[in-house]
Order: sequence, then C-alpha cells, then structure tokens
Amino acid sequence: MAAVRVEEVLAAAEEQEAEKRRSVVVEKELELEFDLGNLLALDRNPPPAAGLRGAGPQREAQLLALARDNTQLLVAQLWELPAERAGGAGGPLVARLPEPTFRLPREKPPPRPKPPTRWEQFARLKGIRRRKRTSLVWDEQAKEWRRRWGYRRAGGDPARAWLAEVPAGADPEEDQFARLRREKRERVARNELNRLRNLARAHRAGAAVPAAPLHPTGHQSKEELSHVARVARVSTASLGRFQPRLPKEPAEPPSRSGGRKRRFEPLLGNLAAERSRQLELLKDMGSKKPVLDITRAVNKQLRQEEAEAAAAKGKKQSQRGKRGRRQQRAGRSSRKSGARRQQQQRPAGSGGGKRKKA
Amino acid sequence: MDPLDRVVKPKTKRAKRFLEKREPKLKENTKIAMLIKGGNANLTVAEVLKDIYAVKKPFAVLYRKKNITRPFEDQTSLEFFSKKSDCSLFLFGSHNKKRPNNLVIGRMFDYHVLDMIELGVEKFVSLKDVKNSKCPEGTKPMLIFAGDMFDVNEEYRRLKSLLIDFFRGPTVPNIRLAGLEYVLHFTAVDGKIYMRSYKVLLKKSGCKIPRIELEEMGPSLDLVMRRTHLASDDLYKLSLKQPKALKPKKKKNISHDVFGTTYGRIHMQKQDLGKLQTRKMKGLKKRPAEKAAEDSGVSPKKSKSA
Repeated sequence: MAAVRVEEVLAAAEEQEAEKRRSVVVEKELELEFDLGNLLALDRNPPPAAGLRGAGPQREAQLLALARDNTQLLVAQLWELPAERAGGAGGPLVARLPEPTFRLPREKPPPRPKPPTRWEQFARLKGIRRRKRTSLVWDEQAKEWRRRWGYRRAGGDPARAWLAEVPAGADPEEDQFARLRREKRERVARNELNRLRNLARAHRAGAAVPAAPLHPTGHQSKEELSHVARVARVSTASLGRFQPRLPKEPAEPPSRSGGRKRRFEPLLGNLAAERSRQLELLKDMGSKKPVLDITRAVNKQLRQEEAEAAAAKGKKQSQRGKRGRRQQRAGRSSRKSGARRQQQQRPAGSGGGKRKKA
Repeated sequence: MDPLDRVVKPKTKRAKRFLEKREPKLKENTKIAMLIKGGNANLTVAEVLKDIYAVKKPFAVLYRKKNITRPFEDQTSLEFFSKKSDCSLFLFGSHNKKRPNNLVIGRMFDYHVLDMIELGVEKFVSLKDVKNSKCPEGTKPMLIFAGDMFDVNEEYRRLKSLLIDFFRGPTVPNIRLAGLEYVLHFTAVDGKIYMRSYKVLLKKSGCKIPRIELEEMGPSLDLVMRRTHLASDDLYKLSLKQPKALKPKKKKNISHDVFGTTYGRIHMQKQDLGKLQTRKMKGLKKRPAEKAAEDSGVSPKKSKSA
C-alpha cells in the first residue's frame, strides 16, 4: 500500500510540474498597460492588501508571485514584437522596440533656432548653395593627395615659404613677407570681428523672445513676478481699470508713456531744446542736399527685386531638379549680373549730375 | 548658445565635443543620476546609494564625500552640482532623528530643480546580502508598477514618473530577447512602496513564449513617502514639451483598414490608351510574307476604283 501511495504521489507531482511548465497564461482582473519602448508595464489592479500586511517571508512570497505574473504578461507582449536574427542565421534573436509612449520631461528645453548670420542672409538672397568640398586635394609637386589645410597641406607649409613675389604695381622697397603677415593678421581680425557681430545679433534677437515668460519657471525674481502680475492685471477687456487691488498693493503709478493719446511738450518748457530744434529745421530747409538719397533708394529697390527673383528661382529649381539648376546657373552668371552692375552705376552718376545743376 | 557661437571659441576638438554634448539637443542624452551623501548619512543610506549606483552604472555618478546641504531648504548647491557634472537626476541620502534613513529623489529641468520627493527607507536588503547570481552591469531593466495608488494619487503619479525616469536607462531601438534578465517591481500598498529587484529566468514552456521564473536578486527597499516638492503644472507641462521636429512624419497617401491591410494611393496622369505598352505576344507578330499579302490585298481595291 505504501508503494502505491508513493507512486501516486510521484505521478501527481510530475503532473503538477508539467502543468506549471506549460502555463504561460496569467489571469488578471484589469488588463495591464504596456509601454514596450520603455519595457514598462503598469498594473492597475489593487494588490491583495491582506496578504501583504504581515511582515516576513509570506509577504516576500506574495510579492514574488505578483511580480512573476506581471513579468510573464510583459514578456508575452515583448515576444509578440517583430523579431529577427541579428548577425546572420546563428545570431541572437533581437526584437525591434517601438517608440516609448510614456511622456517624461526633458532634461533641457528644446534648442531655439538661431537667426541667420550676415553671410547666410546674403546667400539666401542670391540663391547661393553650399558646395561640398573634397577633403583631399591633388598636390602637383608632391604628386599625391594631400589635405586642403592643416598638417602636411597641399600647398606646402606657409611658414616655410621662401619666395614672395613683388606684385606689379607695388613699391620695390616694401617688405613682402611683412606685408603677407600683416594681411593675414588683418584677415583673422576681420573674421573674428564678424563672428562677434553675428553673435551679438543672434543674442539680441534671441533675448527678445524669452524676455518675460508669463508662466512660472521656478526661478523668477521679485521684479519679474511683479511684471508678470502687472501684465495679468492689464489683460482684461477693460485693460485693468476695474480690477480690485489687494489691501496692501500700491496703486498703479501713472504710465510714463502717457497712455494711448499723443503727448505734447509743455508750452514754456525747455527753451534751449526749442531753440535748437528750430535752428535744425531751418538748416535742413536751407541745405542743398536732397532729402531723398537716390542711390540708396534705387539699390534698395534692386535688392528687393533680386530677393524676389531668388525666391522664385528657388521654387523653380526645386521643381526642375539638377538639370534645370545647371542650366540656370550658367545663364545667370553671364547675363543678369552684368546688367545689374550697369544699372547700379547709372543712378549714382545721375544723382551726382542733378546735384551739380541745382 | 551654441558652443560654436561662444564668445570664446573652444580651441581644441575635445573641448568642442565636450560643449556639444552638454548643449540642448533635439534628441537628448540618457539622463545621468548623481548620488550624494548628506552631512549625517548613516551606513544604511550609504549602502543604498552604493547599490543604486551599481544598478544604474554607467549612467550614474557616486559622490564620495559628504555634502552638508538640505535639499528642501536650499537647492542652489544641488543645481551647482548638476551644472558641473551635467546630471539631471539626483538621489540625496541623509539621516537624522526626525527623518531616519531619508532619501530625496529628484530631477532637474534646465539645471533647476523640477520635482523632489522625500522617501524613508524602512527596510533595506542590499546586493551583497542576497547570495544569488547577479545580472551584468548596464542591463536595461523591465519596470513594473503594481497598485492603483500609482494612478489615483497625484503624488504617487509623479513618483511613478520619477522612478521610470530614474531607472529606465538608455532608449534602444532593438533588444535581445534572451537578455531580458532584470526586472524592478514597485508595489504601492497601504501607504508603503515596496521596491523589489528580481533576476528573470526564462524556462521552456509548451508554446513560443517562455515561462518566467523570478529569483530575488539585488536591492530591495521598503519605502514610505514623506515630503514632496513637485513642480507646478505649468512648469511640468513646459518640461514635457517636445520640439515639433521629433514628431514622426506622417506618410501621405497611406491608409490602413480594420484588418491591418495597408492601402496606398498613387496619383497618375491621364494615359493615352492607344499607346499603352502591353505584353509582346511573339506568336501574334506579323511575319514579312503575311505583311506583304495584306498590302497587296489592300491595293486591289484602290486600283479597281481608279
């Protein structure tokens, strides 16, 4: 009898183990939410509080069981993803994860677009595109490919240049090497100056945008907050005239700009200022110089036309493709710019002529 | 400002790369956590920090010395550290009579504190106390949050978001299915949060999906929530804002139906049906003899009329 019982017990145990091995199905009241991009699973079911209250190994076992169920569901989802064998037939099975959907805050605010530099503006106006340069250049003397600049460059080391030709119209006594060095220094200085100017322009343009964010940023000073409060008060339909003030809030001082109506100077205010203003007016009236600078006006008009033409050409180029672009470029460089240059010369001459007559 | 736009330009490529790594980008770097010990940190808290550092390597920095600061009173020193080491997550551990075994977990936005939550450690089992095999360093963990508290309560929701941010690791496009070894399970019950780490064992099952067996590994913490310092809704919404360029571009003229079939739309110009190129049926091609017969067949008509 004992033997039979043992057999039964063994058979039952084996069956149980086989069952456990096979079951990958987990029953849950509420479905879990998955974010496979983050390998995340969110279980909304309230956990069995009674079991978890008692401390000790029982709680651990309960937590383990709960974790096992949830992990099984998550792994089932992950195995559903499209998978492939990385690195050929024998490689490991790799699943492609989708984009993470759970929204998490960023580390830093998104980058702001920079205003274009002076050259970029000009290039856009003229329709000049960036040409990709090769990194290596053929050096005839060394008969090999050398870099364009830097260590062992194509033209040889400029510091070792032993010959400097005297150009046609130059003073024979002048030191050419000194001239080359001076010119290089000037070029570097000019480049640096332009870079700083672009930077200042970008800074000015960029600073105009986040001057006073109207939402709390967590690090605003008292002045900024009072400014924001003032803006909020004035943003009503009656421009803040009927907004109740807090008991200790000071009354709004009269605005310096004088409100919407025009301001006029008092009649007997600043006599010296009045005198200087009247004299300036008389001087302008008496001078022979025309108020409208013809040259500048014409140049402005031409530039505007060029900008429009470049914009239209840009659109056409994107439609036509490479072939059209090549044809356009060849035509443009010869005809149009020559005509433009002539046009620009003429107004200057005519303006000067007019002046002489008057 | 762009590092290339700085007033003082970086003189070496290395400096330029360093600055480029830290500037705001469209697609951001993985967040790095700094683990700081307070002036009065005890052994438990120090062990917790060491274990979390082991879990979060290489995206964590463990500060060796004690720093006497109080995160809830003054955040400037935390912000200074974050700026110096370019870390946007932090975990600050301290201990005093009023708040024993205290951990302040928090994150930064633009080098200023966004959210901070203070948690008390009631029970801690360290990595070296559990004598099982561990998984390799740098494994991306699976995160599971159980309990309805994580959805109902606002503070718990922020805590969930913080914990996901803290532990999720780098965002990867592919993952090796056999390498899913580590799972972090958070249960919110009775005002307590149980954090457990398990090693995943994939066992054979009847079907394609393997059966999961879990083995207790790694640090396990029993936490209770104390103070919080959460960002206002406006600031939080601002930090969540993603630039438009990151939005996936919608492909036009493609639609899907209920059954998962993809339909595409092609727009064609008007075709001249007379000039359509059809298949060449070689058998139907006119042989020269036949062609001549046809021609001669046509001409007699003409000759008759003439």
